[in-house]
Amino acid sequence: MTCDEAEVLLHALIDGELDASHIRDVENHLAGCPRCAAALRDYRNMSKMMAEGDVRYTAPAALRQRIEAALPQLKASPDRRAVLRGFAMGSAVSALAATGLVAIVLRQDDMERIQAEVVSAHLRSLQAGHLTDVVSTDRHTVKPWFNGKLDVAPPVVDLTAQGFTLIGGRLDYVDARPIGAIVYKRRSHVINLFVAQTVSTEHHAAKTDALQGFNIRRWSERGLNYWAISDIARDELAEFGEKFEAAMRTGSAG
Amino acid sequence: MPRKKSEDPEKALRFREAALPFLDDTYTLARYLLRDAADAEDAVQECYLRAFKHFDRYRGPAMKPWLFAILRNVCRAEYARRAGTPTSAIEDAPECAEQAPLWHEDQETPETQILRKKDSDTLRQLVAALAEPFRQTFVLREIQNLSYREIADVTEVPVGTVMSRLARARAMLRFAWIAEEEQRK
Repeated sequence: MTCDEAEVLLHALIDGELDASHIRDVENHLAGCPRCAAALRDYRNMSKMMAEGDVRYTAPAALRQRIEAALPQLKASPDRRAVLRGFAMGSAVSALAATGLVAIVLRQDDMERIQAEVVSAHLRSLQAGHLTDVVSTDRHTVKPWFNGKLDVAPPVVDLTAQGFTLIGGRLDYVDARPIGAIVYKRRSHVINLFVAQTVSTEHHAAKTDALQGFNIRRWSERGLNYWAISDIARDELAEFGEKFEAAMRTGSAG
Repeated sequence: MPRKKSEDPEKALRFREAALPFLDDTYTLARYLLRDAADAEDAVQECYLRAFKHFDRYRGPAMKPWLFAILRNVCRAEYARRAGTPTSAIEDAPECAEQAPLWHEDQETPETQILRKKDSDTLRQLVAALAEPFRQTFVLREIQNLSYREIADVTEVPVGTVMSRLARARAMLRFAWIAEEEQRK
């Protein structure tokens, strides 16, 4: 082996990229060539000192933030999460947030996205064994079950007399946040009522949309956002919503 | 199209978990390629945006070399921009540099001299002073620990070229290392 060949191959030796037969060839050459042996020694030393020295750079925090801000979900997530953030958030913070958030919170695409997640959560709940975490027709059992699982337990209303049977409650996730779901039945149809806290205390009258074969009725009242979803007919879901709101007004929530 | 919208955040989350751990690596490479902190930041940001755009089609190789290949393309545009300005000299190496012999008589080094340790600023300067394309090959191997095959893929040259560039880069660094010691005497 010539020095020219060895000069290239000894790097592969240093880097562990050389096969056994070439390792022997290079080592044979090095044994008889002080110049190449000295080069190998220096290169090894350089590699070692490079590895020990601090030759890397750390990305500035501002760069990391700019990149995260440019990614779709991550840019808006603090705002969107505020849609579902609990009352537990300090009043000063929520007051501050509310001033800037109301418009964002109710933006149409956000609403659409959350509604899509509500549909997904509803579909998940319909799979065997996923409907309820707590099974009870007694609102005094369902409501306390949420304590400690959510910042504030959602209101639970017994609408059995109005034809909507309370069957239990469930902890679900929408918009990457835990959310309370109260489960009712109308004949054999399941109604999931998702309740999430919001920084806005504005009242928003009910609106009903159809999405993937389900009706979703949403409204806001006293700092809570409600989504009622079911495959029952639109007017039946409206009846459910109206009965629920009426019960809330008369203070029969537990 | 609610469905598509609900997929985007999920894609962003997966991308974040897969790509952001290599932010320092990518930034380090950008610093050595561009030798300018502000340009490196811009290039890395552009690199990550492009990577996110193409993330749907990403099937490997490893994430790090994939990001590096994108960064290299971003930097190429930056090189072109600089080439348009009269003061720049990005492609240091003339065309014939890669074919030049590794050894020069006037660069003969004593076989008994042991290289001294250097502080990190000096090390960074020595690496930054290497001419392209030897610098990127050296950084990919010595600082980023890529295999020859990965370096070949990132820099779009055969493995043989990677080997000769690396040999040349280390030889140049070795002489610069010794020259720096001579200067201090």
